[in-house]
Amino acid sequence: MTNWLPKDFWTRNETLVAGVIIAFCVLATLSDPRFFTITTVSDLLRASIVIGILAVGAMLVLVSGGIDVSFTAIAVFAMYASTVFFLAVWPDAPWPLIFVVSILIGSLLGAINGFFIAFLGLPTLIVTLGTLSIFRGFLLTFIGSQRISALPPSMRDFSRGVLARGTTEAGNFYSIPWAALALVFVIVLTWFILKKTMLGRSIYAIGGSVESARRIGINVTWTQFFVYVYVGALAGLAGIIHGSVGRMADPFSLVGLELSVIAAVVLGGARLIGGYGTLTGTLLGVALIVIVQNSLIVVGIPTTWQSVTIGILILLGTGVPAYRAKRAAARAG
Amino acid sequence: MSSERDTAFVDLRAITKRYAGVTALDSVDFTVQPGEAVCLAGENGSGKSTLIKIISGVEPATEGTIRIAGQERRTLNPRISAAAGVMVIFQDFSLFPNLSVAENIAFATQLSTHERFYKAHATKEIARKALERIGVEIDLDTRVESLPVAQKQLVAICRALASQAQLIIMDEPTTALTEKEVRRLQGIIRMLKEEGVAVIFVSHKLAEVLEVSEKVVVLRNGKKVAEGPASEFDTKSLTYHMTGRDVPEVPPSDIMPGAETLLQVRGLSKAGAFEDIDFDLKTGEVLGITGLLGSGRTSVAKALFGLVSPDAGSISIDGKTIPTGDPQAASEARIGYVPEDRLTEGLFLNQSIVRNVAVGRLDAHANGGWLNMSALVDEAAEWLKRLKVKAPDIEAPVQSLSGGNQQRVALARWLSRAPRVLILNGPSVGVDVGSKADIHDIVRDLASKGIGVIVISDDLPELLATCHRILVMRDGRIIDALDGKTVSEDDLAHRLAS
Amino acid sequence: MAAHAPTKSTFASPEFRLLVIAVFVFALMAVLSPDRFLSSQNLISMAFQFPEFAILALAMTIAMMTGGIDLSVVGIANLSAVAAAMILTTYADPAMPASQSVLWLAIAIAVAIAIGAMAGLVNGSLVAFFGLPPILATLGSGLVFTGFAIAMTGGSAVMGFPDTVAVIGNAKLLGIPVPLVIFALLAVLLHLILTRTAFGLRVTMYGANPLAALYAAIDINRMLLKVYVIAGMFASVAGLIIMSRANSAKADYGSSYLLLAVLIAVLGGVNPYGGYGRVIGVVLAVLSMQFLSSGLNMLQVSNFARELIWGALLILVMVINTNAVTALRASLKPSK
Repeated sequence: MTNWLPKDFWTRNETLVAGVIIAFCVLATLSDPRFFTITTVSDLLRASIVIGILAVGAMLVLVSGGIDVSFTAIAVFAMYASTVFFLAVWPDAPWPLIFVVSILIGSLLGAINGFFIAFLGLPTLIVTLGTLSIFRGFLLTFIGSQRISALPPSMRDFSRGVLARGTTEAGNFYSIPWAALALVFVIVLTWFILKKTMLGRSIYAIGGSVESARRIGINVTWTQFFVYVYVGALAGLAGIIHGSVGRMADPFSLVGLELSVIAAVVLGGARLIGGYGTLTGTLLGVALIVIVQNSLIVVGIPTTWQSVTIGILILLGTGVPAYRAKRAAARAG
Repeated sequence: MSSERDTAFVDLRAITKRYAGVTALDSVDFTVQPGEAVCLAGENGSGKSTLIKIISGVEPATEGTIRIAGQERRTLNPRISAAAGVMVIFQDFSLFPNLSVAENIAFATQLSTHERFYKAHATKEIARKALERIGVEIDLDTRVESLPVAQKQLVAICRALASQAQLIIMDEPTTALTEKEVRRLQGIIRMLKEEGVAVIFVSHKLAEVLEVSEKVVVLRNGKKVAEGPASEFDTKSLTYHMTGRDVPEVPPSDIMPGAETLLQVRGLSKAGAFEDIDFDLKTGEVLGITGLLGSGRTSVAKALFGLVSPDAGSISIDGKTIPTGDPQAASEARIGYVPEDRLTEGLFLNQSIVRNVAVGRLDAHANGGWLNMSALVDEAAEWLKRLKVKAPDIEAPVQSLSGGNQQRVALARWLSRAPRVLILNGPSVGVDVGSKADIHDIVRDLASKGIGVIVISDDLPELLATCHRILVMRDGRIIDALDGKTVSEDDLAHRLAS
Repeated sequence: MAAHAPTKSTFASPEFRLLVIAVFVFALMAVLSPDRFLSSQNLISMAFQFPEFAILALAMTIAMMTGGIDLSVVGIANLSAVAAAMILTTYADPAMPASQSVLWLAIAIAVAIAIGAMAGLVNGSLVAFFGLPPILATLGSGLVFTGFAIAMTGGSAVMGFPDTVAVIGNAKLLGIPVPLVIFALLAVLLHLILTRTAFGLRVTMYGANPLAALYAAIDINRMLLKVYVIAGMFASVAGLIIMSRANSAKADYGSSYLLLAVLIAVLGGVNPYGGYGRVIGVVLAVLSMQFLSSGLNMLQVSNFARELIWGALLILVMVINTNAVTALRASLKPSK
């Protein structure tokens, strides 16, 4: 057969999700030819940046065999705290510095998760559920609960920066913001860690079997700790981008999105038992969720049915492989 | 003697290990020469796994000295031990199902050389060399989860070789292998020995590894009770040393099975597992089903209890056909199944002893869904007493019991349902010798009450001591039906292996 | 026998620790703010506040007992409430005499609970027959249920009920708030189901070891269906209380209750991996949470600080329950 295709190509979640996306785009273009334009693509891309970065982090945690529901709280915390800090101390600070501080705050909060999970061995869902409340409660109680629209000017500069912008012949406006570069950077960095470093391979190994990882001498504690710190850092980055692009530091935003992000990652083929998950799949999952959230109306489904659609996609995307695995297990006896 | 110690790769002297007052090892001396294969034999709890844990650095010894590769090791941990060339292949192989063959083989090596970056090319090179060394070809890119058991074991061996193993410790290496695969393993072991790699087999079934070994060491209750050249041991003498007594030749049961046919199995088949299984079971009959692992004996047993759905064939009790592939229907028809693996399949370890029995009788004591608790508990307690389960407190979790008592709890659950057919898969695996004899008595007693018993086992003396008839399976088919009274152990062993 | 934790003596049990925590929090708040915290007005308002999320926690408890989880409880609660609200606003006029509106209320309640049961059946089927991990099955189905509620209402609140509806959430029965009565009844019911029925024992045993349950010929699929149906019905009751107290129904009410329900169940000693959990523990956890949040309210502490304290309490209890300090020492040992 075709050698360049992986053996399990036709049964992979990635293929399934890509198929659904293509089918959706074909349908959408048929019902509204304006759908398939660079404007739509740039709109969808912009909507994918923050979710995409968060999803990459969520994927890493799933690969390591855990689950994290606190990353949205970390993102908001890091964004809001760094904004408040710079408004108070140095409103004219350059945006890269504000970003770095947000990332550092995110890492620190991630390290708290990591401490309880890696060093104390507590279940990941429970810990991150607890820290979700803690981070959010701390932020709103001690740092602030007001929306801030007067951001440091450099953050607004960042949101104005575009890689490309223009108007198509048909008169449609499009733009690709700087923030898209951040997503690309995160993807490349994470790809490098996962594929090219022993640390990344150790994350997969731990997800495959913690016990085996210990036996062959992988430092499970520190690897897990790294995962949560890294996820915290990504959340810090996603948060500050969200604040900058939205031109508003809103301490109530993002939280509540965590399950949708995890859903996108799972749609892309990551498994809750750990050890499985790819960047391609994750990005496809994000793309699908973002398309459904933004363009459902184009194929004639009212936006009020958006939630139902995403729910059904999750059930199909996880149900088909689960059912297949169940049947295979029954056949094997 | 001293020169032997000078050359030894591993040299343990007067090793004692105590856990909270329990002496697991009592002043044991143990040496392994380079290129030597040693059988470490002993029953469960004899101290053999403790000894392995000490050599591999998982547990520190309480007293004694350890020399590995000529150096005295005062502090030992898994990393130091591995760096010295000691590699353990656990029974579950400790592989990563989600990673490729190449990565599984190379991972430990790359960790030990403190690689920071992962290079796919170098990884494959390490794996290819290791596979070449034992003359085996496995696709390097395949995920380990899709390999058959024997190939997983080869991957584990290659991983040890890639890490410059000087001593490979194999825990129960042959349990999951077919005859052919055991032969190949033996060939590989011979090759490794020629290259100077030492091997320790940890096992309680040694016939298969005895012929490639130089030395046998037998532990019992934490003490070394026998040591000598492998040629001086056979299965019988090993059993004697392991158990501390000659296992009495139990006369085959003199109770005759009844005349009525209880269970009829006709043409039972499942692709890839078993084919065309036909047999009858009479009331009061004990029927043995034996075969090597992978012969299909466990699949057949599971199919009888509805845990495996056959593609074709029928099962009937008293002439009435029961639906296949449905454990509830089988249990309703009063078929009982005591699984092989008590710890994961048979018992609810952290639940109380009494609950583990009572779970079989919930419906009988439920009135419109509500349980009559006292009747349920009293009945379970009664069965525990009848099977002589030694438990200080029946509300204690079942994991606090010894193997033999645990097996009795599993039996009690099914006996309380008054089964007509009871399937016992490996009834005495991991049970001490005393309890083993008791369990055999229980089996004979059940038969005398008219219950049809099916014993699935590869413990030949056990089959001969309990069974009226023995079916031998190979490659999913019944190849022999033997009379349990007239067949000899050697004959049976021969038919099993041929 | 069934009522006892397998390994722990009474004083070392998580429930005992919770009792100590609940009493301690109660005493602390009583000392810090005696005239206000102990006032009958406060005690009564507490009794009105907690039953809605406490019932969701009970629904979560039974799902967790099997080693599963039900992330769709809030979705089910809102879908049932929206359906009931639409029946009430369509057929029952606010001006209608009470005798007539009670009938419509009864119908609305029946429909709501039936929807809860159906939703539970969907969850149970996904888990039992399709083999989806419960967390994903209920995450997806929860979105679908919420989505139906949005689609039915267009996302806005449904309101304009007859006065009788307020009985569920705001009335008192013999001086006891009705929601508290409902919660107490459901808690006792769930306790009895878990400890005194064949089904309840099977749930515990399955949670302890699913494979052994299969070999013990337990009808696992049927048991899982029942578990999620019960959880769904409990959720719809919670939905009705929320509807009555808010005097309206909306697709996104009580969204913060989901994590709160998980948190309470875990705080109550329910093992998220299955096989252990006691209703009394969950009740004590609910009380501790409510005392804490009311007391903090008296002390002018913001709502957000309560969230902070809940999270901290959850992790603290986990650290204590799992001997995490030993784990810490082990993880720092170089050999590991």
